[in-house]
Amino acid sequence: MTPTTGRLGRLLNLVPYLLSRPGIAVAEAAGDLGVTERQLREDLDLLWLCGLPGYGPGDLIDMALDGDRITITYDAGIDRPLRLTTDEAMALVVALRLLRQTPGMGHSEAVDRALAKLQRAAGADADAPVTVGSRGDNDRLEDLRGAVERRRALRIVYYTASRDETTERVVDPMRVLVTGGRAYLEAWCRRGRGVRLFRVDRVDACVETGEPAAVPAEAVPTDVRDGVFRPSDDLPLVTLRIGRGARWITEYYPCEVAEEQGEDWTVTLRATDLAWATRFVLGLGTDVEVLGPPELAGAVVAHTRAALANYPEEG
Amino acid sequence: MSRSRTERLVNLVICLLSTRRFLTAAQIAAIVPGYEHDPREPRGHEAFQRKFERDKAELRDLGVPLETGTTSVFDAEPGYRIARRAYALPDVHLDPEESAVVGLAARLWQHAGLAAAASSGLAKLRAAGIDVDQQATLGVEPVVLVDPTFEPVTAAVRARQAISFGYRVPEADQPTTRRLRPWGVVSWRGRWYVVGHDLDRDAPRCFRLSRMVGAVRRVGRAGAYTPPDVDLIQYVAGWHGPVERRGRAVLSIRPGRAAGVRRWAEEITPGADGDRVVLSYADPDWLAGWLVGYGPDVVVLDPPQVRAAVVDRLRRIAESQSGRRAVLEEAAR
Repeated sequence: MTPTTGRLGRLLNLVPYLLSRPGIAVAEAAGDLGVTERQLREDLDLLWLCGLPGYGPGDLIDMALDGDRITITYDAGIDRPLRLTTDEAMALVVALRLLRQTPGMGHSEAVDRALAKLQRAAGADADAPVTVGSRGDNDRLEDLRGAVERRRALRIVYYTASRDETTERVVDPMRVLVTGGRAYLEAWCRRGRGVRLFRVDRVDACVETGEPAAVPAEAVPTDVRDGVFRPSDDLPLVTLRIGRGARWITEYYPCEVAEEQGEDWTVTLRATDLAWATRFVLGLGTDVEVLGPPELAGAVVAHTRAALANYPEEG
Repeated sequence: MSRSRTERLVNLVICLLSTRRFLTAAQIAAIVPGYEHDPREPRGHEAFQRKFERDKAELRDLGVPLETGTTSVFDAEPGYRIARRAYALPDVHLDPEESAVVGLAARLWQHAGLAAAASSGLAKLRAAGIDVDQQATLGVEPVVLVDPTFEPVTAAVRARQAISFGYRVPEADQPTTRRLRPWGVVSWRGRWYVVGHDLDRDAPRCFRLSRMVGAVRRVGRAGAYTPPDVDLIQYVAGWHGPVERRGRAVLSIRPGRAAGVRRWAEEITPGADGDRVVLSYADPDWLAGWLVGYGPDVVVLDPPQVRAAVVDRLRRIAESQSGRRAVLEEAAR
């Protein structure tokens, strides 16, 4: 969109917006439309010069400015917003379909009604060629969402895959988010004294403690736009050489492919824990070789030998 | 872009909305401020024509339905007008709960292009008199990430035009060029796919958008086909199939270890040299691979098929390790 198209669209939209809200404050209108007050005033100055052919006093768009409040008194025929463009209709319709299929999301009837109304208003343009897969609802998610809405503290049994341990802890729920097909509970963990994202499918049990949630002021929601797991540089860096059969890990784990050499790829990833990395590498079988760190290579060899010793009759 | 140009375009829209007759370019030039020129002066006239062409393109980009036609058979030159019915957003009324979900939906996109389209769409709904609460939350917050190819692929589906793109699955060394008549885009378990008719395989195929490499190119003519009326989810979900856990495995797990395996246990019986754990499974090889990850903490007692698969994997891992060591020792000598 060029700057003119942006401003032109804004101006054509501004008249019906103000028309439906007589006496609205400049600040409120600016906030609603996502522009600064200064921009809005400049837009109003320009609209004053526009109108019907003839361009006399009775033809131009007219408005009453009462202190900080605006009322359109003559609209020169632009009394309705422009139709939704194909892209606008698609962005809203697909977002509503995604919302409809988000596990744990209530209000599905309201979403259906809103979808039907928008589709009627947008006509053929709303026929977005995007289908959204069904929600895999689970009761746990419903419980967690309920605790967020009611602002109740929760006692949860949680499996931490990186440490391969199941622990019980009390958390103060902040929100439930769904991204990449997985649901997470974001909460203040009283034991760890920090904000944690708990994967809902790893919450093995949960019960409300009866206390209200007490999320401390220092708890800041996680920015998940770049994914939920954002490996930090102080985690151990694992370097692996993987064969063709293990390349799938590059789509499922935050790996960097350092080198592609024929059959073999060299990949690096940050592991939260060397014990996790050992399980990960052993699980990949013969399609992987540990290039570093040496402790990991050693652990993999030791675990293989010790595991084989468990099967003496096959040896 | 200049203030005078925006002003001219607003006046042009108002003028064309107010007319029922088609107005020719010359008539528009005589009416709308900003187009003044002497039509007998060739350079000035050419400049006007260029300006008017640019302005028409601008309006069409914005989605203004500019109609071309003649009012009577005697008109030599076609003119322009904007039909109010085609221009205006029809009446929409949303109740507070509906506008809350629309507000939430508009914030869903993290992708710049779609986020901009969603918020300009929302601005139009506001201009239609709907109050949208921008702070509304409904307990669950979906975050939607789309691949860069989402927009070109959906646009091609709408245009009913075939596409050509580089596609690389991790198992392949090089991307291959695929040609597809896309039927629709599918979101399935947090990933995006396109389903369509693969022109080279001559069969329906499904592609992951994240595996597309480089630009998506349109090939062939637009409107070349009609997507069949089929459930696209079937093509994507078919890959995953329902999992039936029919097998039953008995394991011995060291006390206090392998919590990840215990989570799936159906029975746990504590024992002196290990807890006896029973769980069900679908695929013996997958189970073996998973259990090998737990090293010496887990021993498979039954069935023999899984036990053999675990031992076989462990042996092959040990062999590849000693093979590598031999190579290293060789190199060191």
